[in-house]
Amino acid sequence: MTYIFDGSLQGLLTAVFEWFERKPGKVMLKSTEMFQPEAFAESFTVITDGAKADRVWAGLQKKLKKDWLRKFYCSYLSEIPEAYNHLFQFSIYIFNHASGAESNYGIEHIIALSKCAKSVEREKHRMEAFIRFQKTGDGIFYAGIDPDFNVLPLISNHFKNRYADQQWVIYDLKRKYGLHYNLTSVEEITISFTNGINKQSPASILMDDSEALYATLWKDYFKSANIVARKNTKLHVQHVPKRYWKYLTEKEL
Amino acid sequence: MFDRIREKLNILADAAKYDVSCSSSGGTRKNDSKGLGDSHSSGICHTYTEDGRCVSLLKILLTNHCIYDCLFCVSRKSNDIKRAAFTVDEVVELTMNFYRRNYIEGLFLSSGIFKNADFTMERLLLVVKKLRLEQNYNGYIHLKTIPGASDELIKEAGLYADRMSINLEMPTEAGLKLLAPEKNHADVIKPLDFVQKQISQFSADKKLIKHIPKFVPAGQSTQMVIGATPESDKDIMYTANAFYKNFSLRRIYYSGYVPISNDTRMPIMGTQPPLLRENRLYQTDWLMRFYGFKVQEILNDANPNLDIDIDPKLSWAIRNMQHFPVDINTADYKMILRVPGIGVMSAKKIVQARKFGKLRIDQLRKIGIAYNKAKHFIVCSDSPYQLKDYQGTQIKAFILAESKSKYLKTDSNQMILF
Repeated sequence: MTYIFDGSLQGLLTAVFEWFERKPGKVMLKSTEMFQPEAFAESFTVITDGAKADRVWAGLQKKLKKDWLRKFYCSYLSEIPEAYNHLFQFSIYIFNHASGAESNYGIEHIIALSKCAKSVEREKHRMEAFIRFQKTGDGIFYAGIDPDFNVLPLISNHFKNRYADQQWVIYDLKRKYGLHYNLTSVEEITISFTNGINKQSPASILMDDSEALYATLWKDYFKSANIVARKNTKLHVQHVPKRYWKYLTEKEL
Repeated sequence: MFDRIREKLNILADAAKYDVSCSSSGGTRKNDSKGLGDSHSSGICHTYTEDGRCVSLLKILLTNHCIYDCLFCVSRKSNDIKRAAFTVDEVVELTMNFYRRNYIEGLFLSSGIFKNADFTMERLLLVVKKLRLEQNYNGYIHLKTIPGASDELIKEAGLYADRMSINLEMPTEAGLKLLAPEKNHADVIKPLDFVQKQISQFSADKKLIKHIPKFVPAGQSTQMVIGATPESDKDIMYTANAFYKNFSLRRIYYSGYVPISNDTRMPIMGTQPPLLRENRLYQTDWLMRFYGFKVQEILNDANPNLDIDIDPKLSWAIRNMQHFPVDINTADYKMILRVPGIGVMSAKKIVQARKFGKLRIDQLRKIGIAYNKAKHFIVCSDSPYQLKDYQGTQIKAFILAESKSKYLKTDSNQMILF
């Protein structure tokens, strides 16, 4: 039996609700995007229902502590197809057992989710570290990113608290939405880029006059801080994987 | 103007890079004032240099003019290098603009000693006060305490800095005397002790009075240079242990000496820095702080130096085979933590998971332990029955045979023939 849901968090939670309503035995959860009909397997399309989803979420909140609710949410943001199924099975397991069952790391879904959440948290942390703002001519600090997972919801507060006195935009180029902080609150935005524009680092003419100076100083600093006698490229690449180099001012040529 | 600031930054960042303290953790400053900066309790490494070290702070000297002539230091008086000095405003501008672009987590400010200790400390204080009071900056500040500066200045600086540090430089007094005759450990101990007493005073007051200013919330750290003088690992770690105990230091950094001088008392120019030894010392440091090991268990008169080919935890285990094998399903958390190949996170998961049933090998692997290493020291519910009792040395041979050291290429003890 396969359950098919629309890929939203509410859809996923509704699927859990539907399972308990029907108790169909062993079920796989797949998103519409990933689903391919099989010849001999039955399937059931879950229709997302906010009220059902809320009931399941409230149930999870009763069963799980904050750290596991966060792991749940992070795993969902990973957008990994298998993670959806793990979340589904995990929820069923949690509801079927006494509270505290989430620390049974012997269960496949629990260890899978804790690993998945860890990858998402790592990506979130990397974004907090590797985002480089560029100051544009109108005083807004801009950064374009394309993270492995959908981490914008997770990093929003960090940047809001930290850069409270400057306007900033962080734009997810892969998922085509971004965050804009307007000195009071963070809002979700979409930008329609002109064709051919460099979304990662816009042309220097659009930039603040001081931008080039500080970018150069930062590159200089990065070079000066290196101790040549201790060169260790392997370690360097391990900490700053090459896919992130495009963000980094200090890695620009 | 543009070129001058570039030149200054190059000189003063270059001079500061041998101070390895990089951490930006432990800060508790919140951005309540809608200013700039909010600390992240575990710190953030914003980038890594090509030598693999993290860059989280803008690490600079205020000036590299110095009245001292310490042999191990690039900024020593007798060294023929370019000198420069930042103005207070330049440091403030650099910090603010780097921080705004998310380049850095904060400022690490040190300085050569010009004129005298108080004069230098006053200048450092000017910078941090300007950042905190005028610029409304709440990012991280790591400030060097200048040995010999007056208590009033140090105390005032502590109100604005997140972390303060003074470097021990050499692990023993004798080593320090050899390379820096003008300095001694007592000069370092006095301000370390003073700041520590202030920290405990402030935290004691905090219990009584709610609104009390922060005082060095991220604590103190120090650094020792390794391999410039002939101390043993035991000397180094015993000193480290004493400083952790006596001054509640948050971190001690071990900095492999990078040859910068032709003086005959020190390793010659071109010698490889002792990277592997540095790594083993950090491993020992971690075992002391997070794994419940006593320094005497790892280093003692019988074993004054750490093994180069295996890590100190494994090395302790094969010297103490009487404690093994450990039964994963029944043993104490503390004992599981001592098994080579099991770290803190895995040990915690094991202790939680075994409440639900006996753990098997495949589960242990999934939990994330280094099973190939750990298997010699543990039993779990489906461990194969073993007739033979292996000696520690045999186990070491097994483990070495199937592992490949990442240091083989840079191993400085190995001569290259061709």
